[in-house]
Amino acid sequence: MSILNLLGKRMVFFDGGTGTLLQQKGLKAGELPELWNIEKREALIEIHKNYYEAGSDIVLTNTFGANRIKLHDIPYSIEQIITAAVENAKTAAKTCQGKKGYVALDIGPTGKLLKPLGDLDFEDAYAAFQEMAIAGEKAGADLIVIETMSDIYEAKAAVLAAKENTNLPVFVTVVFDEKGKLLTGSDIASVVAILEGLNVDAMGMNCGLGPHQMFSLAEQMLACCSIPVIIKPNAGLPRTENGTTVFDVSPEEFAEEMAKIVDKGVWLVGGCCGTTPAHIKALYQKCQQKPVFPIVPKNKTVTASYTHAVEIDKPVIIGERINPTGKSRFKQALREKDLDYILREGFSQQQKGAHILDVNVGLPDINETEMLVSVMKELQSVIDLPLQIDTSDVVAMEKALRLYNGKAMINSVNGKKESMEAVFPIVKKYGGVVVGLTLDESGIPTKAEERFKIAQKIVKTAGEYGIFSKDIVIDVLAMTISSDQFSAVETLKALQMVKQKLNVKTILGVSNISFGLPQREIITANFYTMALQNGLDAGIINPNSEAMLHSYHAYCALAGLDDNCMDYISQYGGQVTPSVSSSPSTISLGTAIEKGLKERAKEAAEQRLKEMEPLALINKELIPALDHVGKGFEKGTIFLPQLLMSAEAAKSAFEVVKLHIGAAQTKKDKVILATVKGDIHDIGKNIVKVLLENYSYDVVDLGKDVPPEIIVETAIAQDIKLVGLSALMTTTVTNMETTIQLLKKKKPDCKVVVGGAVLTQEYADSIGADHYAKDAMATVYYAQEVL
Amino acid sequence: MKLDVSLKEVFRYLGYHNHVPDQTIQKIAIDCVTELLDNCVMKEINKRYSCIVENKKIIIDNRVIIESKNLSKNLADCKEVILFAATLGTQADRLIKKYSFLEISKAVVMQAAAAAVIEEYCDQCQKKIETELEKENLFLRPRFSPGYGDFDLKYQKDMIALLDCPRKIGLTLTDSLLLAPSKSVTAIMGITTTNRHCHIKGCEVCTKINCNFRREESA
Repeated sequence: MSILNLLGKRMVFFDGGTGTLLQQKGLKAGELPELWNIEKREALIEIHKNYYEAGSDIVLTNTFGANRIKLHDIPYSIEQIITAAVENAKTAAKTCQGKKGYVALDIGPTGKLLKPLGDLDFEDAYAAFQEMAIAGEKAGADLIVIETMSDIYEAKAAVLAAKENTNLPVFVTVVFDEKGKLLTGSDIASVVAILEGLNVDAMGMNCGLGPHQMFSLAEQMLACCSIPVIIKPNAGLPRTENGTTVFDVSPEEFAEEMAKIVDKGVWLVGGCCGTTPAHIKALYQKCQQKPVFPIVPKNKTVTASYTHAVEIDKPVIIGERINPTGKSRFKQALREKDLDYILREGFSQQQKGAHILDVNVGLPDINETEMLVSVMKELQSVIDLPLQIDTSDVVAMEKALRLYNGKAMINSVNGKKESMEAVFPIVKKYGGVVVGLTLDESGIPTKAEERFKIAQKIVKTAGEYGIFSKDIVIDVLAMTISSDQFSAVETLKALQMVKQKLNVKTILGVSNISFGLPQREIITANFYTMALQNGLDAGIINPNSEAMLHSYHAYCALAGLDDNCMDYISQYGGQVTPSVSSSPSTISLGTAIEKGLKERAKEAAEQRLKEMEPLALINKELIPALDHVGKGFEKGTIFLPQLLMSAEAAKSAFEVVKLHIGAAQTKKDKVILATVKGDIHDIGKNIVKVLLENYSYDVVDLGKDVPPEIIVETAIAQDIKLVGLSALMTTTVTNMETTIQLLKKKKPDCKVVVGGAVLTQEYADSIGADHYAKDAMATVYYAQEVL
Repeated sequence: MKLDVSLKEVFRYLGYHNHVPDQTIQKIAIDCVTELLDNCVMKEINKRYSCIVENKKIIIDNRVIIESKNLSKNLADCKEVILFAATLGTQADRLIKKYSFLEISKAVVMQAAAAAVIEEYCDQCQKKIETELEKENLFLRPRFSPGYGDFDLKYQKDMIALLDCPRKIGLTLTDSLLLAPSKSVTAIMGITTTNRHCHIKGCEVCTKINCNFRREESA
């Protein structure tokens, strides 16, 4: 009988800690417990047996760290260790009397941090877990328990590895701190949304805290979770006594506290560090007869980033700006892979109050899958809003959802059979809230009733794939009133029908309504208010538009959704009515740059361009000002932050100049910048980039942790004559040397300039660099010398 | 734990030496420190081990051997050590990265501020350990980290493993021995019976005396 058949029928008991028990049996500090599966089998069989006897239904194999990332240079393969571990637990299970003893393959974290914050690739983590999962199933494990995860992204890799490679039930427990956060920042609601989306069979928390501290966290999890919940605390908070870690909560107290948690609706309980068979026995005796409460499905539409969940409950704003449609500057950014520009679009929308960001990077002449994944990863490295993956390319969609850290919104599926057959399986597999467009094989119906029928079909078909209606938002499509004056009326009518009769959330690309009309904002903002009034939950809008935000905040206040109008007041309270434009800047462009005043520099450049040629302005005013600042930096009268503030002011002036003559004309030679392989610190490289761009060099930024081959290939492909390399630590300078050697061999005419904390002139010479840049300006001077 | 982060330290990391930055930079520095303190979830772990200190060689807990002349000098006469690790967590890295895109001038100040915050956090943690040790009439030597002098970075592996850092405080090591999250510290502190705490911090004991960021001895 599968463990799943037991869930909900009665309380289910896990085992407790093994670490302390192994130590009692002689495991020395620093010794690998996983090796004992083979070398000290009897010890493990006995520990497992003690737990089964104490009342455990499920025992975890001794394989917490048995992955290839943690275990290497050992005399056994991962498969051998796991096979032995499962057999040990199965041997112990045979002694269970009157009930089946289940064996769970235990999968713990790799001990490495995933990219972008660490150096472990998602797919490498996946491969390590995959190896474990396959071996575990082959050896006869009854289920897989992924536990002690403190990074939800790593947990996702493990879940996918378990689900894609085995047919075993998958349970997941994570480690929260007292505030209910994972080490990487995820809160309880986001963890629940993500793991439910990935279709795990049960989830919960273990380790980190004792039963007292876990009580309120368990309550919070139960409040948003619609699948069985597992609670496995430590025997209290750890304390050091004479150099050893001790836990103070006795078996009786443990059972007492756990009983309170069980009464809240938890289905599976056990212990973690410091708990012993005595704790489990007390827990079993106290709780085995307790009733199991049925789970009430939480009918909430929830999307999540890696930090927090956003419930589509009251109206939310989805920022529409990351989308090339009709934006030539954005298209240019995509073609040039200028991710900085795209990220700034993300930041400004977040600042304006967007709750979710739509991400669309579709252009006919670029590789959409590659671009979507890299834009999504970059956005997720700095912006903690949930993303809406917006693409019609199913391959790109699947890849993005696989690598997304959170529970995404997915834009979109439609009523066409082909679309639903392609999209729904992906949504079911990775989780997400999917946008359903009310169009089908015959196009977009004019009448509201017809669009409603398509919406109905979408919801029904999704159900056949196991997708709940809470995970669908319907888009009844806003089309411009400039071609059909009744289109807004029909859209609003359809919106109402969907909202009232289908009981699903709604979404609209609001801006379409005014296409082709003058002063579009007037129409769009008013339509937005009307749509909200007719049941719109998620408006895809431009958060940089004041008028749209006015509609949003006013509607929420008027509709009674803004408690005591607090949001409205915080937005608009204490704001002075903007005065007529302030007097034009009276300081010169040079002064604005030297003082690092961005806005003033921009205004001054605009002013000067009325009087002089753009190129003259660059050469006679912009560059001399930068040179002056650079000299000051060299002399030690100006310091790095000021140098960079001047660089930023110059950059904003350049943006203005570029509008007059086009970017191409101002650009000089190309320069590659990269932080070498193995190094994940890139601030130095980013500083040099800004300064080189100031002097109009066309910087090809390859990022951080860049393999030598990529640098060389890029230099050859684009015939680049100067490469700047950065490394922070002695351990990564070796990769710098490898890169230089490869460059010298494959592209001898290319010069290499190096910099970074540990480098010196001698060091640079010894690894064969052409030049050592001691500070930020030195690379600029060297570029001027050799290019 | 309330941290009183010295702006002077922030400016030192930015290369100001004894110069005082203008109002604008001072304001940015204050904002950065505030944003870090508001957002970072700092964690630390420390464990006490026996040690045998020989010339150029230290044996910790009878199993981990470290070869380093500088460290053995630092730990001279110690019979026990505290192994220590602390981190500002992933949020500090995210903030630095965010401003690298938005405003590189602020990113460098954030970077310096984060360095000052982690040092102050380590100082506070160290004080707590000192208070505990005083009950036994024991005292602490200064923090000594892999990378100082001839204490090779490869020992980060042992430090991280002995303290179970990934699991306990989310501190990991990359293949190239960098700490991730980056604003983190690992260190060894000798326990001594000599009746005083030694408050000289890492910077002054470093052998690289021509460093641009070296703390002024008298400061």
